[in-house]
Amino acid sequence: MKTPNITFPKHPFKTRGGARVPHRKNTAQCESVIMPPPSQVIIPMQQHIGAPCTPVVKAGDTVKVGQLIGKASGFVSAPIHSSISGTVKKIGFVTMPNGGRVQAIVIDSDGEMTVSEDVKAPTVNNLEDLLQAAQDSGLVGLGGAGFPAHVKLNVPKDKNIDTLIINAAECEPYITADHREALENSWEILSGVYTLKEILNIDRVIIAIENNKPDAIKVMSEIAASKENDPDDRVRILSLKARYPQGAEKVLVQACTKRKIPAGGLPSDVGCIVMNIASISFLAQYIKTGMPLITKRLTVDGSAIANPRNVIVPIGTPINQVIEFCGGYKGTPKKILMGGPMMGLAITDDTIPVLKQNNAILAFTEQDARLMEETDCIRCGRCANSCPMNLVPPVISKCIKLKDMEALEKSGIMTCMECGCCAFSCPAGKHIVHNMRIGKAMLKDYKKAQSAKDKGDKK
Amino acid sequence: MTAKLYVSSSPHLRQGDTTQKIMLNVVIALMPALIAAVVIFGWRVLLVTGVTVGSCVLAEFISRKVMKRKNTVFDLSAVVTGMLLAMNLPVNVNLLIAVFGSVVAIVVVKQMFGGLGQNFVNPAIAARIVLLVSFPAQMTTWTAPLIYQNGADAVSTATPLANNANGISTSYMDLFLGTTGGCLGETCAIALIIGGVYLIVKRIISPIIPLCFIGTVALFAVLVGQDPLFHILSGGVIIGAFFMATDYTTSPITFKGKLIFGISCGVITMLIRLYANLPEGVSFSIILMNILTPLIERGTMPKPFGSVKKNKA
Repeated sequence: MKTPNITFPKHPFKTRGGARVPHRKNTAQCESVIMPPPSQVIIPMQQHIGAPCTPVVKAGDTVKVGQLIGKASGFVSAPIHSSISGTVKKIGFVTMPNGGRVQAIVIDSDGEMTVSEDVKAPTVNNLEDLLQAAQDSGLVGLGGAGFPAHVKLNVPKDKNIDTLIINAAECEPYITADHREALENSWEILSGVYTLKEILNIDRVIIAIENNKPDAIKVMSEIAASKENDPDDRVRILSLKARYPQGAEKVLVQACTKRKIPAGGLPSDVGCIVMNIASISFLAQYIKTGMPLITKRLTVDGSAIANPRNVIVPIGTPINQVIEFCGGYKGTPKKILMGGPMMGLAITDDTIPVLKQNNAILAFTEQDARLMEETDCIRCGRCANSCPMNLVPPVISKCIKLKDMEALEKSGIMTCMECGCCAFSCPAGKHIVHNMRIGKAMLKDYKKAQSAKDKGDKK
Repeated sequence: MTAKLYVSSSPHLRQGDTTQKIMLNVVIALMPALIAAVVIFGWRVLLVTGVTVGSCVLAEFISRKVMKRKNTVFDLSAVVTGMLLAMNLPVNVNLLIAVFGSVVAIVVVKQMFGGLGQNFVNPAIAARIVLLVSFPAQMTTWTAPLIYQNGADAVSTATPLANNANGISTSYMDLFLGTTGGCLGETCAIALIIGGVYLIVKRIISPIIPLCFIGTVALFAVLVGQDPLFHILSGGVIIGAFFMATDYTTSPITFKGKLIFGISCGVITMLIRLYANLPEGVSFSIILMNILTPLIERGTMPKPFGSVKKNKA
């Protein structure tokens, strides 16, 4: 038996840096609308970090809702299921938002939405069942990174996990999908939390919500506070300061537990598991119904969207149809983002399909899309002050410019999580994050070359 | 869809501050001191300021043209340099000397080293020191404030620091309101403090350097048995601490670096004031620390989040 000596933080612990990013949560009070299935979906075979899936259907096959169409190839990979019923039109290639070409299955809808016979509620009694269920469900980290859930939950035996953190910080501007999740699916979330807590034998659960969502905090607290649901008082809500980037994993763990995840480490290194609120909600629903991950709640907003709202969209729906469902464009869209304005990807055309890890589609008109002109760095230090990872961007930029790889490595560039606080704060409009990405790629190449050279030397 | 989309690296949101806005805020922060200077020393203050600002801007424009670089006049940094230089000149300075100072500041110190953000010392201070060394007589002929002139034309006077060295004391009221001899912008402590507080409130500057600088001066004065308030209010400590030492380009970015920078400025200022041949040491202390800034920064680099001590492999 573990000792029941558990303490919860009353206030979040201090975290470094961050930026006063505007919230712009325009859709916080818009109840999610379920989008009718589109006539065609394009389902890419890579919607997670890790190896892409192998298609298990071929052109001409009939598929049903929830049917497995992409088999995971490898441990760090997550299976992919059909989001509609109909016929496989073809298996082609699609350009992903990051520019990569990925195999994709195109399915024409028959309009029936027949549910597959394979969709059965799993029995989850122990850890093995849970990991199997998480794997079969196709769940990936829904916060944005898309890390397969069964890998995250399968913590090495030597790591002693005592805290489960449910991430509902949602610090990105505009996005309210997790906020709506917390309000609309509060019971599912809590039931998922209890299941996970029992099976993983975790001492305490902290549900972390930024204090700009008082209604979500209230609803969740009421459920968690009842003796009936939580007899030992192991689950509590923590109200975080609404300061970007509270939802970043390392920052969140520090705010909740005061622990610092070592550079290059994972939350499990400091005894924590972090799960997104949408992920846990989905997991609870999957255990109940067995329906794999085939829809996603999205915030559709921005100055070029006629009716901003939250929609529940079948995965694989082309973005332009989602926008059409939200009243279409208002004005000429000049920039379309997958994800929030701080970390989202700008896409090149609006026919890209919705992916599992998407949580927002934002479209902006010329005025909001225009980039600031880059001027000389005046060394004001705002980038360094706002960096949650304690980095000094001007020094790193210099290393990149001089191609000084040793200094670059020492500068801690690999700790950069590209949250964008630096570039957001920069009065000279420097594309700091872009530069960081270049630097990281340079350093990776250099290290690869270096280790190849070392091997050669040994031979 | 026909319209082309912009594609760029994240973040897609900017906070909206620009270099120009920051410089404009510094200009605004210098306004109380400028107005005070006009009241104390008369209309010639505006003439001197106009000449330095105008020549700084022109020097910037021409040097960028000659170097075939983008015109940067509109970032207003040259205006700030011009204003600060004017504040560091005696009111009756020869205008040609003022122009020479502007050219030194902008062309030699700033643009020749790469322009905004690349200069290794504060342009206005470097120009003041060049002028001080080149024209020692003109640069140290102080005009008495209007209220002490009794209608006579331009009575010359000494600075409170020089007076102090000769055993003549100055009242706190005069020091506070700036009705003493000195450079046109450095005398009025209250106006400079208002400007400095404005910059801190607007988050243009961090309060660390001014507080360390002024605090060190006071502490040093107490330790050697001198009047701390006198040392803070006289000479260029206030303008130096709020407006010159906090120059982004030539002061450390790191928190610890700022502490070291501010404290060292205070110590050097007092060492020069008390033990060297010059009555005033603010400019020299800042310029010395400007030169040491890269070194301080290197020594005070913060550790990235979660960095672990490397075990010797």
